[in-house]
Amino acid sequence: MANLDTMMPPVTERSNILRWARKNLFGSWTDSLLTVVGALIAYWAMRGFLNWALNVAEWEVISANMRLLMIGQYPIEHAGRLWLWLGFLVFLAGNSIGIWARGSRYAFLLLLAPAALALAPFGSEPKRWLVALTLTGLVGWGLGRGKPEVLKRSVIAGWVVSLPIIVILTHGLSSSETGFMPVVRTTLWGGLLLTFLLTVVGILFSFPMGVALALGRRSELSVIRWFSVGYIELVRGVPLITILFMAQLMLPLFLPDGWTLDRVLRAMVGITLFSAAYLAENVRGGLQAIPKGQYEAAEALGLNGVQTMIFIILPQALRLIIPILVGQFIGVFKDTSLVAIVGLLDLLGIGKTVLAQPQFLGLQREVYAFISLIFWVLSYGMSYLSQQLEVRLGVGKR
Amino acid sequence: MRKTYTIFTLLVLVALALAACGTAAPAPSGGDTVTVVETVVVEVTSSAPVVVAPTGYGVTLKAVQERGKLVCGVNSQVPGFGYVDANGNFAGIDVDYCRALAAAIFGDASKVEFRPVTAAERFTALQSGEIDILSRNTTWSLVRDTELGGNFVHTTFYDGQGMMVPKDSGFTTLKDLDGGTICVQTGTTTELNLADVMAAEGVSYTPAVFEDADSTFAAYAEGRCDAVTTDKSGLVSRRSVLPDPAAHVIMDVTMSKEPLGPMVRHGDDQWFDIAQWTVFTLFSGEEFGLTSANVDDMRASATAPEVRRLLGLEGDLGLKLGLTNDWAYNIIKLVGNYEEIYNRNLGPDTPTYIPRGYNSLYTDGGLLYAPPFR
Amino acid sequence: MQRDAQPQQTTIPFWRDERALKVLGQIIFVIIVLIIGALIFHNMRVGLAKQGITLSYSFFKNVSGFDIAETAFPYDRNSTYWQAFLIGLVNTVTVGSVGIVFSTILGVILGVARLSTNFIINRLAAFYLELIRNLSLLVFLIFWYLGVFLKLPRVQNAVIWPGDIILTNRGVGIPWGIPTASFPTFRLILLFGLILALIVFFALRAYSQRTGRAPLTLLWSILTLIVVGALGWLLLPEKPLIFDLPFVKGLNLSGGKILTPEFMALTSGLVLYTAAFIGEVVRAGIQSVSKGQSEAARALGLNGFQTLRLIVFPQALRVIIPPLTSQYLNLVKNSSLAIAVGYPDVFYVSNTIQNQTGRAVEMISLVMLTYLSISLLTSVLMNWYNQRIKLVER
Repeated sequence: MANLDTMMPPVTERSNILRWARKNLFGSWTDSLLTVVGALIAYWAMRGFLNWALNVAEWEVISANMRLLMIGQYPIEHAGRLWLWLGFLVFLAGNSIGIWARGSRYAFLLLLAPAALALAPFGSEPKRWLVALTLTGLVGWGLGRGKPEVLKRSVIAGWVVSLPIIVILTHGLSSSETGFMPVVRTTLWGGLLLTFLLTVVGILFSFPMGVALALGRRSELSVIRWFSVGYIELVRGVPLITILFMAQLMLPLFLPDGWTLDRVLRAMVGITLFSAAYLAENVRGGLQAIPKGQYEAAEALGLNGVQTMIFIILPQALRLIIPILVGQFIGVFKDTSLVAIVGLLDLLGIGKTVLAQPQFLGLQREVYAFISLIFWVLSYGMSYLSQQLEVRLGVGKR
Repeated sequence: MRKTYTIFTLLVLVALALAACGTAAPAPSGGDTVTVVETVVVEVTSSAPVVVAPTGYGVTLKAVQERGKLVCGVNSQVPGFGYVDANGNFAGIDVDYCRALAAAIFGDASKVEFRPVTAAERFTALQSGEIDILSRNTTWSLVRDTELGGNFVHTTFYDGQGMMVPKDSGFTTLKDLDGGTICVQTGTTTELNLADVMAAEGVSYTPAVFEDADSTFAAYAEGRCDAVTTDKSGLVSRRSVLPDPAAHVIMDVTMSKEPLGPMVRHGDDQWFDIAQWTVFTLFSGEEFGLTSANVDDMRASATAPEVRRLLGLEGDLGLKLGLTNDWAYNIIKLVGNYEEIYNRNLGPDTPTYIPRGYNSLYTDGGLLYAPPFR
Repeated sequence: MQRDAQPQQTTIPFWRDERALKVLGQIIFVIIVLIIGALIFHNMRVGLAKQGITLSYSFFKNVSGFDIAETAFPYDRNSTYWQAFLIGLVNTVTVGSVGIVFSTILGVILGVARLSTNFIINRLAAFYLELIRNLSLLVFLIFWYLGVFLKLPRVQNAVIWPGDIILTNRGVGIPWGIPTASFPTFRLILLFGLILALIVFFALRAYSQRTGRAPLTLLWSILTLIVVGALGWLLLPEKPLIFDLPFVKGLNLSGGKILTPEFMALTSGLVLYTAAFIGEVVRAGIQSVSKGQSEAARALGLNGFQTLRLIVFPQALRVIIPPLTSQYLNLVKNSSLAIAVGYPDVFYVSNTIQNQTGRAVEMISLVMLTYLSISLLTSVLMNWYNQRIKLVER
C-alpha cells in the first residue's frame, strides 16, 4: 500500500508543497522526466477533450432526443408509471440510507442526484418529476432515520417486491386501450429503460440459476456434476454475442409450434443464461472458501443438508463474494449494450436510430460520447457505492 | 448430510429445468414479464385432425383481428423509408404502407405495431410469425420467394443499385474505381450485386463491409472509401443529408434491378390478397384523383363506376377480401393515396427528395399499374 | 433426513435407501434432460421442415458470391463459403494473438505505473484504469472506430510520423520487410543463433543450479541470438530484407504494410480495454507479495533489481497467471465485436454467410464450436504454463 502513503502525505509534510513535490514528482532524474511527460500528456488530452466538448460538439442531437435515449418509444402518456416505480425505488433507497448508513454524514447527498439531473436538458415535466424524486427520497430518508427499527422489515420486503412492481408498472395490466394501465408492449421499451430492465432481470434470474449450477458443480452425483460443468464451460467458452444470436434466431425454432417469445424476453433469456455460468463460478469460489468445520458444526447442531446449505453455508459464501458479484453485475450492465447488434433499441440501439434522423447525421461522436458517459457514470457509481458499503459493513473480510 | 444436500441440488436443478419449460408454456393471463404471444402459423387448430390443412387460409387476418393490432416489421435506419423521428414515431414510405394496411383492416391507421428488424433477422421474424408482414425495403427475388418461405406483394418502390462517388474524384464509370475501396452494407443483395458486377467488368476493388446503413455512410462521409453503393433511393436520401450534398455525384450506372415491396408468409392466400390490394388501392387512389382531403366529397358525389366500387358504394369488393366494404375508403381517408405517401416521405419538400421516375403512374410513363377493381 | 437411530438389518425399501434414491434421481434427471433435448430437436426439425430446410453443411461447397475486405489467402466471389469461413477464422486468430501480445505489454506498464511513487504517473494510470473499466466495450469500440480512426486525416493530407508511419483514414501504413535472394540463408543463420541461444540458456541454468548464483539467463540467451542475427545481417553479401516504405499513391496507400482502420480500431480498442483489466491483475499480483519478502531479500543483500527479479516477480506471477488467462480468453471472445466496426472476423463472416444462405442453425452452432475450441486451446496452453511456473518455484 505504498502508494497510499504517497498520495496522502501527512499533514506536517503537506504544508511544505515544495518538499512534497520533490519527493513525489522529482525524486530522481527519471522520475522528473516521467513527471514532465505525464503532465504533458494529461494537459494535451484534457485540452483536446475540452475544446471538442465545449466548442466543436453539437449537443443539440442529445437534447432533442433525450426522451428517446431515456425511454425509447415508450408512450409519453404512460411515462408516469415509470416515474412511479422510480419514485418507489428512490423512496426505498432513502429509507435504506436512513436506516443502514446512519454513520455516514454525507450518504443522503446521494438523494440530491435526481434534482441535480434536473439541470440537464430535460423538458419541464421530467424536471418537475426529478425534483419530486429527490423530495420523495428525502422523506424516505427522514422516516428511515426516525424509525429504523419499525421500518427495517418493510423496507426489505419493499426491495423484494420491487422487481414485480417495476415489471407490472412498466408492462401494464389491462389489454384494452382504455382500461386501467393499458399494456405497453415490449417492442416500445427502449433506451436506458430497456438497458436497465435487461440488466435487472438478467441479474435477478441468473442468480438462482448460478447458485444451483455452483452447487451442482460441487455435487457428488456425477450426472449432475458433469451437467453443470458442461453447461458452465460451454457458456464461458463462447462470446455473449453468439448466445444472443442464438436466442434471437434459434430459440423460436426450439419452441413448440405456435408459440413465440417476445424479442426483448429472448434477449433477457440470453443474458440470463450467459450470466448464470459466470455467476456459478464466482459462487463456487465462495463455497470453496467455507471451511469444513462449518458443515460439521451444522451437522452437530442437527441441521440436515438442505438446512445447512440455506442457513449456514450459502449466506457466508455469498457474503464473502459480494465484491466479486458487484463486479459481475456491472459487467452484465455493460454487456447489455450487445443487444443493439441483434436489433433491440436499448441505449446503444436507440443511439443508432437517432443517428439516422436526417437533421442529425454524422454526429456519431456526440451520441456515442453521451452513451459512454451514461455507462461510465452508472458503472462507476455502482462500484464506488459498493466499495463504500464494503468498508462500512466489513463485507468481504472474515 | 452431504447426501441430502446433493438431493436438494438435484431438486433445484429439476425445478429449474421445469421452470425453463414453463416459460415456454402459455401464461393465461399476462401481467408478468412472461408474455407469450400466440402466433398464427399454418398448423392445426386443436379440433382439426392432424392431417393436411393445406393452407392457413384466413388464419393471419383472424389472428390480427383478435389481437386488435397489426404487427409490421420495418426498418429503423433508412430516412424516407423507415426511421424513428425525434418524437419516437416511425415514419417513411414503408411505414405508411403498414398504416394503410391497418386502416384497411381496422378502419384505424394507428392500430399497428412497428417492430424494427435487422436485415439479418427479417426473414426469420416473418417465418416464425413474429411479424404479420415485412415492409422493410426488401428486394423481390426468386430465392426469397421460394426458399425463404415468403410471397412478395406488388412492388411499392422500383429501385436500382447505384454508386455514389465524391464529385472531385472525377469518376464516371465503374472502371474508374479499379483498385479503389467501396463501402457496402452486409447481408443484402447489394453486397452480392457489387461482387457480380465488378467481376463481370473485370474491376478489382476492396470492399469495406458494414453491419448497418448508418456506419456504411458514416465511413463514406469520412472518406474511408472511394465510393459507396446501395439502392439509388438510398443514395439520394443519404446524399441529401451528407455534410456537403453537392460534393457527391451518383454515377450514371444501374447495377441491378431492385423492386422493393412488402412480403408475407407462404400459405395464407387471403392475407396475401389483402396486402396486395392495399397496394393497388394506393395506386388507384392516385389514378382516380382520390386524396385524403377530397375522398369524403368524392364518396358523396362519385359517379364513375370503378371509383364507386373502390369506395364501397357499389358491390362488395371489401367483403370478398374478408374486410369491411369501406376498407379502401379508410385507406385513402386515413393514410392517403400513393402520391400523398410518396410526397410526404420522398417528395420535393423533404430532405430526402427523390424524383419519381419509374415510380409514377403508367399514365405518366411510370410502372405503377393497378388491375381493375371489379 | 432418513437417518434412523438404529440401522435396520432388514432390507430397506428402496424409496428410503439413499443410494437407490441417488441413482434414481440421476436417472430421472437424465431422462428429463433427454426429453427436453428431444423436444427442442423435434420442434426445430418440424419448424425447419415447414420452411423446406434440412440441416446440412453441404452449402459450404457453394460459391459464396461476396467479397471480403481482408484476406489472408487469395479469395474472391468465386470462392466457396468454406473458404470465406476460413478467412474469418484466420482474421480472428490474428486479432487475438496481436491483441494478447500488446495488451500484456500495456497492461504490465499500467500495473507498474499504478504502483509508482510518482504522483502524476500514479494518478494518470489510476484515471485511465477507472475510465476504461467502466465503459461498455461495444460502445467504446464504435466510438473508437467512428470517432477516432475515421476522423484521421484524409489521404490527401496524410500525416507522416517518424519511422515512415503514414496515418490516414484509409489505413495506417508501416514499413515492412520484403525478403530478397539471401533471405533463406539468413533464416538458417537465425536458426543457428536460436540453437546457440538455447545452449547458452541451458548451460547458464545448469550453472545457476550448481552454484546457486542467479545469472541473467534469459538476457544472455537473447543477446546471443541478437548478436548472431546481426552478424549474419552484416556479413551476407546482400541484405536479406529490404524495407518497403509505405507511400501515398493517388487516393490509396501503397507499399509497406497497410493496416486497415477496421483492423486498427478493433485491435487497438481491444488492447486499450483489456490492458486496463490486465493492469489491475498485475497490480494485485505485485501487491499480493508481502512486504516482508522484499525486506528479507534486502536483508540478504540483494539489490532492488535483484529483489524484483528473483523474489517479488516469480511470486507475483503465480497470482497473476490464472486471472490473466481469463483476460486473454475475454479478449479473444470480445474480438467477436468486430461486427460493429466492420472487420471480417469469423463471427462477422459467418453472420454474412448466414444472411445470404438463411442457414442460421448451422452457422451459429459452427461459430460457437469455433470459439469453444479457441477458448479451450488457450486455457490448455495457459494451464500448462501455470503448472510449469509452479513446478519451477516449488
